[in-house]
Amino acid sequence: MSENSWSGRQTATWKTKVGLAEMLKGGVIMDVTNASEAKIAEEAGAIAVMALERVPSDIRVQGGVARMSDPKMIREIQDAVSIPVMAKCRIGHFVEAQILEALNVDFIDESEVLTPADDEFHVYKADFKVPFVCGCRNLGEALRRIGEGAALIRTKGEAGTGNVIEAVRHMRTLMSEIRILTKTPREELMTFAKNLGAPYELVVEVAQTGHLPVPNFSAGGVATPADAALMMQLGAETVFVGSGIFKSSDPKKRAKAIVEAVASYKDPKKLAEISYDLGDSIPGVDVRQLSDTQKMALRGW
Amino acid sequence: MQKIGVLALQGGYDPHLRMLSGLKVEAYPVKTLAEIDAVQGLILPGGESTTIGKLLVLQGLFSPLIERIKAGLPVFGTCAGLILLSKNALGSSQPLLEVLDVDVQRNAYGRQIESFETQVELLWGTQAQSSAIFIRAPQIVRLGDSVKVLARHEGRPVAIQQGKILAASYHPELTENTALHQLFLSLV
Repeated sequence: MSENSWSGRQTATWKTKVGLAEMLKGGVIMDVTNASEAKIAEEAGAIAVMALERVPSDIRVQGGVARMSDPKMIREIQDAVSIPVMAKCRIGHFVEAQILEALNVDFIDESEVLTPADDEFHVYKADFKVPFVCGCRNLGEALRRIGEGAALIRTKGEAGTGNVIEAVRHMRTLMSEIRILTKTPREELMTFAKNLGAPYELVVEVAQTGHLPVPNFSAGGVATPADAALMMQLGAETVFVGSGIFKSSDPKKRAKAIVEAVASYKDPKKLAEISYDLGDSIPGVDVRQLSDTQKMALRGW
Repeated sequence: MQKIGVLALQGGYDPHLRMLSGLKVEAYPVKTLAEIDAVQGLILPGGESTTIGKLLVLQGLFSPLIERIKAGLPVFGTCAGLILLSKNALGSSQPLLEVLDVDVQRNAYGRQIESFETQVELLWGTQAQSSAIFIRAPQIVRLGDSVKVLARHEGRPVAIQQGKILAASYHPELTENTALHQLFLSLV
């Protein structure tokens, strides 16, 4: 058998990493803090769960240093569901990332929701076998993360606020910069790359294709089916929902409703049915009341 | 020109649309019964089979789709699409169309870290092998009598045909190899 080329397996290739991200399109990825929440998310039709100890709204209220979750909790969630399980490491904390890889999580989120471990450098993600997702507020940040090896990008929004305004701002900024880039002549691309602080080759690629080289999801502040559909109509290919589900009054119903809203995001009649009688949303925060030190989205370099 | 739909409720429908657009057919993302009834063949893409199955039920597509496949609508499922077409997914109670006489084991190769690229051995046509990408892929663990094996990897069936139903446990749409898509178009 060994002489047959079809018996060989090449694991952890760029195609398998971006391939998984492709398969996650058109869905909802839900934050869960234990196995029973993970079951609820899977039952509701989540395409993946993000295992973390505290949802962002609790991190916001309780303060302190937010770190990678306890491996015991991640294992329990892996054992409870058949869908992909993601987990977060701190920005720049490559040992937390190594541990998450050893735990066999399906995606690592190098996340601004946790307290950064490094205020200059991110994890060099291309070295890892597990694919990474990273947040961005604009095209330059997205391309820097992809340059470091991220196989999936999500706009950051402002996690744990239940307020979609920052998610909208970041998605609009990203899409607008991509549109401008596609109309920029070739001789201006180097300066464009310099001004963005982004790798030149990736800038050239986006100028030619009109989209990021990896899928582009949305996160941070989605609370309702309408919010999720809004982000999809603005260009998100999948939506992460954190505190918005398990901080609402009826998580089961809301989780299912947001899944349906993403599948029918262009159909207002369906969205009206889906939004009917969901109970109370997460109360939410006016982000104008937050100081810069309270804004998670500003973490990332 | 042939009109082919790619079920676009969730998952990797874009790569199928891209591949089909290079094969001189009209390819559409489809989400409703009216859209399914306007095409001559339907692709069920990869994605999360539990999510796509639930959405088929919620959107009222589940039973009508079974009827249309039984009435001869050609279908081609990759990865999650294979799971949805199968009779039985071991250890899972998720909704399945049960039109393809095979049993599958979900995530049989392991988690994402075990996902891989490889060459599979083709058992029909003129090419001996094809590149293939397996992502948290299912394995076919039982084959019905009417099911023909189209491709093998490490001795296991990885692409199969039963009448006008094609299915693969890998993602041909993420490679450059169009052999399975062309075979599917020949059934439409």
